[in-house]
Amino acid sequence: MSAQVALGVERVPLTRRDSFVRALQVGVILFFIAAWEGLGRAGVLDPFYYSRPSLFVPRIAEWFAPGSTAGDIWGDIRVTLIETVLGFVIGTLLGLIVGYSFARNRLLGLAFDPLLSMFNAIPRLVLAPVFILAFGIDLASKVALAVTLVFFIVFFATFAAVRDVDQTLVDNVRILGARRRDITFEVLLPAAFSAIVASLRTSAGFAFAGAVVAEYLGSNAGLGRRIANSEAFFDSTGVFGGIVLIALLALLLDSLLQIAEGRSSRWKPRRER
Amino acid sequence: MPPRIALRGVSKVYRPPKKPPYLAIDGVDLDVDQGRFVSVVGPSGCGKSTILSLVAGLIPATAGTITIGGDPVHAVRTDVGFLFQRDALLPWRTVRENVSLALRFRGLGRREIARRVDPWLDRVGLAPFADNFPHELSGGMRKRAQLAQSLVVDPAVLLMDEPFSALDVQTRNLMENELLELWGASGKTVLFITHDLEEAIALSDELVVMTAGPGRIKARYPVELPRPRNVSEVRFAPGFVSLYERAWSDLRDEVLRSYERSLRSAS
Repeated sequence: MSAQVALGVERVPLTRRDSFVRALQVGVILFFIAAWEGLGRAGVLDPFYYSRPSLFVPRIAEWFAPGSTAGDIWGDIRVTLIETVLGFVIGTLLGLIVGYSFARNRLLGLAFDPLLSMFNAIPRLVLAPVFILAFGIDLASKVALAVTLVFFIVFFATFAAVRDVDQTLVDNVRILGARRRDITFEVLLPAAFSAIVASLRTSAGFAFAGAVVAEYLGSNAGLGRRIANSEAFFDSTGVFGGIVLIALLALLLDSLLQIAEGRSSRWKPRRER
Repeated sequence: MPPRIALRGVSKVYRPPKKPPYLAIDGVDLDVDQGRFVSVVGPSGCGKSTILSLVAGLIPATAGTITIGGDPVHAVRTDVGFLFQRDALLPWRTVRENVSLALRFRGLGRREIARRVDPWLDRVGLAPFADNFPHELSGGMRKRAQLAQSLVVDPAVLLMDEPFSALDVQTRNLMENELLELWGASGKTVLFITHDLEEAIALSDELVVMTAGPGRIKARYPVELPRPRNVSEVRFAPGFVSLYERAWSDLRDEVLRSYERSLRSAS
């Protein structure tokens, strides 16, 4: 008699169950918060510098309360998100266009290679003061910083994807009757898109960081400015309130992108568990 | 009738950047008559794949002339079917979309495309997988999809570059038989490249043996085995073994030469 392997009813060990892993993850976060609170109350972490969850959580609630004296929190969130989205979209488009052109035109790519490498070597955040001087303290300087951060990620991803595209795919569609335009839209751009989607979450994170940092350095609105204001009054609770809010927003943004990424990459091979 | 594919004194020099140029094939004359199945065998690096790329117009010849159906080859030929050794399906397109490509590039309407693609999906047994992506198929299924992709526009000439060499032996035999079945009544002219002498004899009407690079034609043998053939049985047919031995004695020297050369260039 052959041994029968029952499909579907096999018992999954505890450590491999999703529910167990979730519980573990929540446990780690709760432990971290409790340790922060406990160390703060015990005087090990001075709340003057490091605040405490029981201080900044009510602060965040206060910001959202109607008629708050700390300014319009929804307005700050909206401004930061608009800067992020604009920086992300413009940076991605520029990176795609320039990356594609450089990969398709050898001379153009070679001519600009040293200049781009130089720009890429500059820590982009030091450009923030330049942008604030040039574009003022409004939206434009924040978007500009976010664009420079996103641009290079998308540029390099697109450039490599288009340059290293599998020549067999190109030869095959040429024999099937593809014209230049068909090769672009059927082979090169899809290859570039797949690289861009893979770097989507990284570049969106950078756009968000660029917007917040530029706000922090000089602006009249946004979550970064809220942190800078609190800092000016030695109000660490306000600083951490802003940081936590930014972290939650980044998490939300990232999970939205994860869904988008999953939808757009159904064609990609995935490892089965 | 003039030959369907004709090569006259065809040579190809590759000029790789930062490396000395080298002669891949040297003065090749080859005729493939209408409706014939001709296989080219040779050691690796003998330029046999180069011949196919030249015939398809993917790369220009350095010297000599190539004609298909009397037309000189100057640019990429879209009137041939080409089967690559490597996966050539677009990974981001479903099987149906991949098989439809040639018709879409020719500007056909949606309904006309479906009318011509569906029978091909049936014929290669992929109708149930029409909406799957290539990575969801087995190697053999991907090859069948590529076969349908090339044949959907009914090309008179089929160029095949070691198409089954990446498949396991059982799947390869199945695919070889399916190819013979598809080809059988079609009247298509096939130029088939392989390094596998057994495969070449089992499939072809004529066998061409090439020298180690630079590739020249060393010998040609007619294959007079009865059709229809079953590739896993024809190996035991009388005549198969004697032809194999004769061709192998030609090929063996070239394989050794190519191997020695690869050792020398590696050291």
